[in-house]
Amino acid sequence: MMLLSGDPPRSRVLTLILVVIILALAATPFLFPGAKALNVAAKICVFAALVASYDLLLGYTGTVSFAHTMFYGIGSYAIAIALYGIGPNWAAVATGIVVGLPLAALLALAIGLFSLRVAAIFFAMITLAVASAFQVLASQLSWLTGGEDGRSFQLPELLRPGTVLISKNLFGFEVNGRILTFYLVFAISALMILALLRVVNSPFGRVLQAIRENRFRAEALGFRTVFHLTYANCLAALVAASAGILNALWLRYAGPDTSLSFSIMLDILLMVVIGGMGTIYGAIIGATIFILAQNYLQSLMGVASKAAGEAGLPLLPGLLHPDRWLLWLGLLFIASVYFFPTGVVGRLRNGRGEKNAGASH
Amino acid sequence: MTDLAASDPLPKPKRDLAPILLPIALALIMIPLVGSPSTWLTLTAASLAMGMMIFIMASGLTLVFGLMDVLNFGHGAFIAVGAYVATLVFAPFAASVQADSLWVNLAVLAPAALLSMAVSGALGLVVERVLILPVYGQHLKQILMTTGGLIVAEQTLYALWGPQIIPMPLPASLRGSFILGDVAIAKYRVLAMLIGLAVFIAIQLVLNRTKLGLLIRAGVENREMVEALGYRIRRLFLGVFMTGSALAGLGGVMWALYREQVHASMSDELTVLIFVVVIIGGLGSIGGCFIGALLVAMVANYGGFLVPKLALVSNILLMVAVLMWRPRGLYAVTSR
Repeated sequence: MMLLSGDPPRSRVLTLILVVIILALAATPFLFPGAKALNVAAKICVFAALVASYDLLLGYTGTVSFAHTMFYGIGSYAIAIALYGIGPNWAAVATGIVVGLPLAALLALAIGLFSLRVAAIFFAMITLAVASAFQVLASQLSWLTGGEDGRSFQLPELLRPGTVLISKNLFGFEVNGRILTFYLVFAISALMILALLRVVNSPFGRVLQAIRENRFRAEALGFRTVFHLTYANCLAALVAASAGILNALWLRYAGPDTSLSFSIMLDILLMVVIGGMGTIYGAIIGATIFILAQNYLQSLMGVASKAAGEAGLPLLPGLLHPDRWLLWLGLLFIASVYFFPTGVVGRLRNGRGEKNAGASH
Repeated sequence: MTDLAASDPLPKPKRDLAPILLPIALALIMIPLVGSPSTWLTLTAASLAMGMMIFIMASGLTLVFGLMDVLNFGHGAFIAVGAYVATLVFAPFAASVQADSLWVNLAVLAPAALLSMAVSGALGLVVERVLILPVYGQHLKQILMTTGGLIVAEQTLYALWGPQIIPMPLPASLRGSFILGDVAIAKYRVLAMLIGLAVFIAIQLVLNRTKLGLLIRAGVENREMVEALGYRIRRLFLGVFMTGSALAGLGGVMWALYREQVHASMSDELTVLIFVVVIIGGLGSIGGCFIGALLVAMVANYGGFLVPKLALVSNILLMVAVLMWRPRGLYAVTSR
């Protein structure tokens, strides 16, 4: 209870699902052999933290930011450039963190002070513009960022796949640097999610919710809403940048496609909405569903597309082509905003409560 | 105290001239910086043409927001759809497009533009009914829904036309430039300027000289009051939304011809551009949108000439500068 900051999942089914997800993630290196399963699990961890930090903004303050991938990208690039420039040692990792996190926080502060003063809708548009400018900048400053190719780098000795920590004959499993990296990603992501849970259940988090519900009233009660919103924005940016660092460490690469592209922003939005806005737990569920679907449904779409092509159906092969994955995602997105605005978590939490609410209207 | 006789005209509202002077001042400052007057003229013409095209695309967005408080993040999709529809007309009449006669060219260009506007407008109807109607008054959901709409539209374009860039050659008679002394002004830019100016004047006339425009302006100021007076603001809004979408389609055709290519990702790029313009101008203001479009185009052109590296972030810098001066845009709509 202490760990969850007094905000348990509040639904038996939800608790069960969360426990299964977390156990499965923790045991992935031993349960599911192969590089793909481990990659998927690491990605779920990173995105769960990233989406949870976005939920702090979207779900708890009701502001839509399109710059979240920018902070994610700052983290990724900071660590990548540091490890690429300095060499594969821990000093470089520390440099990346020391440079990346404050940079993300400062930028979030600047954007927040600048655009959160006016209407929330301005914030959405301005973050979109700033993020796209940043993306262009990152791909153009190729002496620093490697341009479209991005930066590949080597990890410190301890985290490399070749480093065997516990040899195979002891447990029947080999624990190498790769698995250590995975657990590093897992643990830090879990810590960040727990910290976010702590933030949203603190008095500060309550003020954020008050601002979401009615900004004027919150202001009238004496809360400096701009300060609170900017603070939330900076916190979210910090967690996003940390998630970016983890992602870069896992991939040993940072590039525009993996850390800055607009489609990642859409993925995040979709995960928040599917999982359930304003719940934090929704981030874990949303990220799991989405990334599993992305990795395993896409190949299914390829099969379906081929079958439709062989059956001579018009248009369907094009629509079902794996590259058109985003199309179905977009449809799913619209449908979930429209039909399930509370997401999976909201549904599970008050499947019964909603009926009561409906009766009282 | 002077009494107003009944026949006297009403006192005019104060005109806010500073924003209008801004692009003019910017252009004048650039004369010594650019150096040669002929280059300056070419750049200025290019900025005006580009600005007009951006204005055509952005005008619908700002009106829709002003009237109904709806921010359409999928506005860029109408632009791309317009451009793609035009390629449908251009492809079978490739010979007429390449014929060296202005009238034959225009005979293809005009129907293509009209068809694009019709399709974008019809798509606007569908989007308004399906995506926006269920989420009136909820900004958060509007942003999410229309962003979803943008993805779906873009991906559908990819599915129908494929991911490759479709070339869209300029009609033969619009290629090349008018040469005046040592100043070269591309012919197509002159056409774009004329169309843009025509659209701007038409919008201004409709808004300021007709009953329809009166209602739209009244709706921007106070929606409930217009409704209370018995006008169906919903239908009015639908009309504005469709017109805005159609204008976006027209802008898409013009932009595609300007770039001489069509690609589904243009909806993303242009969404950002028109957002910057609409923010600079002040959400809901047509005049502000016009000036914002000109400013963005000028900064892009002059900036690209003087400091090419700066052009990447010039839009953001411009936006920051304008918002420092006027936090709600050049012309803030009073009711918001």
